[in-house]
Amino acid sequence: MKTITKSKTITGSEAIIQCLLKENVKTIFGYPGGAIMPIYDALYDYQDQIEHILVRHEQGATHAAQGFARVSGKVGVCMATSGPGATNLITGLADAQIDSTPMVCITGQVASHLLGTDAFQETDVVGISMPVTKWNIQITRPEEIPKAIAKAFFIAQSGRPGPVLIDVTKDAQFGKFEFSYEPCSRIRSYIPEPPLDENQITNAAELINNAKQPFVLFGQGVILGDAQQEFKKFIEKAGLPAAWTIMGLSAIEDNHPLNVGMLGMHGNYGPNMLTAECDVLIAVGMRFDDRVTGDVNRFASKAKIIHMDIDPAEISKIIKTDVSILGDCKKTLPLLTKKLKKSVHANWLQKFRELNEEEYDVVGKDELYPSIDKDISMGEVIRRISEKTNGEAVIVTDVGQHQMVAQRFYKYSKWRSNITSGGLGTMGFALPAAFGAKLGAPERTVIAVIGDGGFQMTIQELGTIFQSKIDVKILVLNNEFLGMVRQWQELFFDRRYAFTEMINPDFQTIVKGYHIPAEKVTKREELEGAVERFISSEGSYFLEVMVGKENNVFPMVPTGAAVSEIRLK
Amino acid sequence: MEEKKNTKQQFTVNIYTENKIGLLNRVSIIFTRRHINIESITASESEVEGIHRYTAVITEAEDQVIKVVKQLEKQVDIVKAFYHSNENIVFQEMALFKMPTHSLASSGQVEKLIRSFNARILAIEENFTIIEQTGHKEETQALFSLLKPFGLLEFVRSGRVAITKPMKQFKDHFEEVQAAASL
Repeated sequence: MKTITKSKTITGSEAIIQCLLKENVKTIFGYPGGAIMPIYDALYDYQDQIEHILVRHEQGATHAAQGFARVSGKVGVCMATSGPGATNLITGLADAQIDSTPMVCITGQVASHLLGTDAFQETDVVGISMPVTKWNIQITRPEEIPKAIAKAFFIAQSGRPGPVLIDVTKDAQFGKFEFSYEPCSRIRSYIPEPPLDENQITNAAELINNAKQPFVLFGQGVILGDAQQEFKKFIEKAGLPAAWTIMGLSAIEDNHPLNVGMLGMHGNYGPNMLTAECDVLIAVGMRFDDRVTGDVNRFASKAKIIHMDIDPAEISKIIKTDVSILGDCKKTLPLLTKKLKKSVHANWLQKFRELNEEEYDVVGKDELYPSIDKDISMGEVIRRISEKTNGEAVIVTDVGQHQMVAQRFYKYSKWRSNITSGGLGTMGFALPAAFGAKLGAPERTVIAVIGDGGFQMTIQELGTIFQSKIDVKILVLNNEFLGMVRQWQELFFDRRYAFTEMINPDFQTIVKGYHIPAEKVTKREELEGAVERFISSEGSYFLEVMVGKENNVFPMVPTGAAVSEIRLK
Repeated sequence: MEEKKNTKQQFTVNIYTENKIGLLNRVSIIFTRRHINIESITASESEVEGIHRYTAVITEAEDQVIKVVKQLEKQVDIVKAFYHSNENIVFQEMALFKMPTHSLASSGQVEKLIRSFNARILAIEENFTIIEQTGHKEETQALFSLLKPFGLLEFVRSGRVAITKPMKQFKDHFEEVQAAASL
């Protein structure tokens, strides 16, 4: 085992690898190139300790690192070279920033004497990545490496997690110095967890205890805080109906009696309609995204708002808060639960159920069990996969109609099972995120659910799956359209289908070219057998299902409308 | 009160930071992102060793400024940020005026202006004279207008520097942040 404990003279490159080992990194996603070659050369000697996954495009490395982080709760790590390698990371950084995913990116940079000279593959990646990183730094001397990497890992995973970028000049990679490593646990200007205010807990408890129609909205904060049990105890004690944002999905199981479904634009009828009726709204680890709130001026207008979040900048950013509880919900939820009176709100909960049943009659039934004269629906494919996997798979979705359908109809029964691009809505996210997730949770079945548009944005990552022999089930729901945009064009742009129709290549041939077994379903009677083969395959499998070209996702809250103006058709 | 929060007015934002490369960029991005123009900005050391202090002047609605200040404080290398309306600070700017020396020599008018505006002469050379005036923008602007007809050659005004009226010292805020960072 080659790890250095006592100080010893090594190169900056080797120091980087040593630092990663100290941070317990076992997997890196990356792509070599000129300015990062010394680091790759050092990595070559550590292949027994760190697995490097060679992606096909640096964006793929970032999404893979995100998938890895989201499924495991660990920091995702990626590496890229300077210039185009570094700029290709930007979409993934932005995605990780807006979805609070812990990630450390290391980029090579031209030698320090060349900085600012427009040298070959020089780009100001520290400047470019500043708005999409929690923190970033450029290193020009090897001595700076251990401290910077220690800080990077601390910042990425503490407080509200996020992506961090370290740019290392080539001379800092080559230079030698006395190496020693100390993890970072404190930065004097940085408060990862705001101090607790007991009064706010008392105030919140009083509001909840006196509420007739309390309603909980939960987001990814519950998952990031690893607070599944704490959250359940909280809602169970006071009998609080709880609805999820797409980032909060799978924080509790779908069939939990208090789980009343999905919020927002394509969310369920009950939670959207009753947001307008609740008298106390408790937001836990969520940030009132506009896709969740609809018209903010008419959002939960009868309710007192309690907001629990680790990030003070989220309080009253979108929705004015009456009581804010700052901190990690793993610590704050039990304190609040302790002050709650045991309660059930049976009639109130029943209202959610009734409205959701009404939705099922209008939307769900046809989506999950379409009549035989209709095209295959996305919903019935997801239903079959859900049944076949017992709701226990990790579902990694891309962005668009299939994303909404998967999240609405897959019966998530396990913690940390939903991986998606929420805030940024990055098409092309799913395929790389899925193999990242598989490496982060090798024991689980990982299914990528992708549309025909998004699939082609990172289709080259099939090469990564093939080369690294990663077991990912890839489902493409093909409607030969950019379906969500087409839906909007149909509903709000007089059916003027401006550049949303896709003339696709033969995906079967492409996937087979990567030696991944592939199958295409065009008829309903083929579906059940195909799903069976898809799930039970040893290793990766590609299933393409031709679905109704012009199917729409409902319910839907039109832009600018209040969530209670949700349309069922 | 609500109405007041939604009307734009001038605010001075004080930002206390670590002394790091690129931090000014990170700060300015937070304003730019919300389409807020920075009217003036100065950076200097603060009374606490190793901590730098930026003073930015913006015109914005107070509820927006509150959000901007939180976004600033969220940055890892920013210790603390504050915003103040003009009533809560004592502030000053400095202007330099370059005048042809003959404009002073040929009449007493320029000298009178210098006296009445409490300006002072920093340097006199054969061709030009440099005049310094400190004051609020309206004052330096007034002197600028009055000097212009006498052949003003060059004019520059610094960003605002400001000291707050409340008595709590930054040092105490800094100690609170450091204590919270250790949780």
